[in-house]
Amino acid sequence: MTTATGYTSDEMMTVAAAHALTSEMACFVGIGLPSTAANLACRTHARDLWMIYESGTLGTRPDTLPLSIGDGVLAETADTVVSVPEVFNYWLQPGRIDVGFLGAAQIDRYANINTTVIGDYADPKVRLPGAGGAPEIAASCREVVVIVRQSARTFVDRADFVTSVGHGRGPGDRDRLGLRGAGPTRVITDLGVLKPDPGTRELTLVQLHAGVTVDDVRAATGWELAVSPDLATTPEPTAEELAVLRSLTGRD
Amino acid sequence: MIVPLDEGVRELVGDSDTVALEGFTHLIPVAAGHEIIRQGRRDLTLARMTPDIVYDQLIGAGCAAKLVFSWGGNPGVGSLHRFRDAIQHGWPRPLEIEEHSHAGMANRYVAGASGLPFAVLRGYAGTDLVGQTETIKTVECPFTGEHLAAVPALNPDVAIVHAQRADRHGNVQLWGITGIQKEAVLAAERSLVTVEEIVDELDPVPGQVILPARVVSAVSVVPGGSRPSYAHGYYARDNGAYQDWDVVSREREKFAAWLKDDVGADAPLPGKAG
Repeated sequence: MTTATGYTSDEMMTVAAAHALTSEMACFVGIGLPSTAANLACRTHARDLWMIYESGTLGTRPDTLPLSIGDGVLAETADTVVSVPEVFNYWLQPGRIDVGFLGAAQIDRYANINTTVIGDYADPKVRLPGAGGAPEIAASCREVVVIVRQSARTFVDRADFVTSVGHGRGPGDRDRLGLRGAGPTRVITDLGVLKPDPGTRELTLVQLHAGVTVDDVRAATGWELAVSPDLATTPEPTAEELAVLRSLTGRD
Repeated sequence: MIVPLDEGVRELVGDSDTVALEGFTHLIPVAAGHEIIRQGRRDLTLARMTPDIVYDQLIGAGCAAKLVFSWGGNPGVGSLHRFRDAIQHGWPRPLEIEEHSHAGMANRYVAGASGLPFAVLRGYAGTDLVGQTETIKTVECPFTGEHLAAVPALNPDVAIVHAQRADRHGNVQLWGITGIQKEAVLAAERSLVTVEEIVDELDPVPGQVILPARVVSAVSVVPGGSRPSYAHGYYARDNGAYQDWDVVSREREKFAAWLKDDVGADAPLPGKAG
């Protein structure tokens, strides 16, 4: 396979995120970037990926990218459509889902996610849409993958509001809270890939995308970012991956 | 049983009621929401898991005192600007919020439909949602000792949903993404269902939900009653309308003009700074 040239950083991010998914997985898919990456994965290397959207569509394979979590194309192509209580109580809560695939408005040093407010809850600077399915996805899936564009505004030392728990304030916090899944295992951005350090649970840069420097990532991070001694370079998108992605998103 | 929409809303929705217009992206009861605005209802507590543009319109028109919800946005487009204006600037009036996750809201309706005072779920632990409302507590399982979240039943005064069909007796048939509509109707004291059409006999459809006439207070025939959302098997979502709403809803004056032209209602205090 040839490596493509002339791709955007968003395309690099989406392809890298798709690589986090495999055919064997059941994936709870969030709308937006996670949905694009999951749909790319099941059209390339993860053909049997079992995609679930919180509207109750289990095992869906939409022909086109859904415009929202409740798009009719999700219902038409699903193995089955269930009610909202069923999707949360029977499928998500007991731990039947391997990976939760989420976006974020803010993400902090310990991969806690905020989609609720910027600023004070009672007097917000910006009111965001809120929790949706994310708190229980973050609590109950075996692991969580986060896809988010990286900037110092988004990657903050401490989230203004914890909508969905990542690794709390450090080691042991998830266990103490009784959260069953492993939490965020990787954060994929337009600059690189971050993983929680096995000891401190702090997000650590483990991979850089081609053409990006450590200084670029540090400048786009609101805390003093730890960098893995084994820093790797992300494989670049293949021509096939880019072609499939562009056919999905309607770009040339 | 089968009544015109204006009569159904007049009979069933009162000022200060808790009203749930449910629908999960699909089958949103938009026409019923506009009728509530036209009739000038005030001080409503609006409940819904996914308040979208019709709730933005109700909030902007000054109908709501409180919102009970788990995700408020313009699906696939972005934020709700009238909702934001109410929360951030108190325009046209301050909006109290009672905020949950989807799992929490779904279980509140399930408890309401089940005639139970509360529901338990394994969730919320460690989130800042817990500290913002009295409607999330912790209980200890009497069998295992495990700590779980408890949420109180949500029993609206009236639930309003849109569905594909009803028969002449008022039995309702709904299919596609079925969301939380059945639970909302069963949890509510009264219910109004708007439908695309009335048929003599309901033909069985895969995956359908039936709401028997005995749990439905009134049915109104409103073809297109969920536009610009969609009705599976009848019409598709008008995505352009959702994108247009992003523009209209950003400014109070534009919103006021829209309210007058498209709904036939006056916006409260148009243009006043918040």
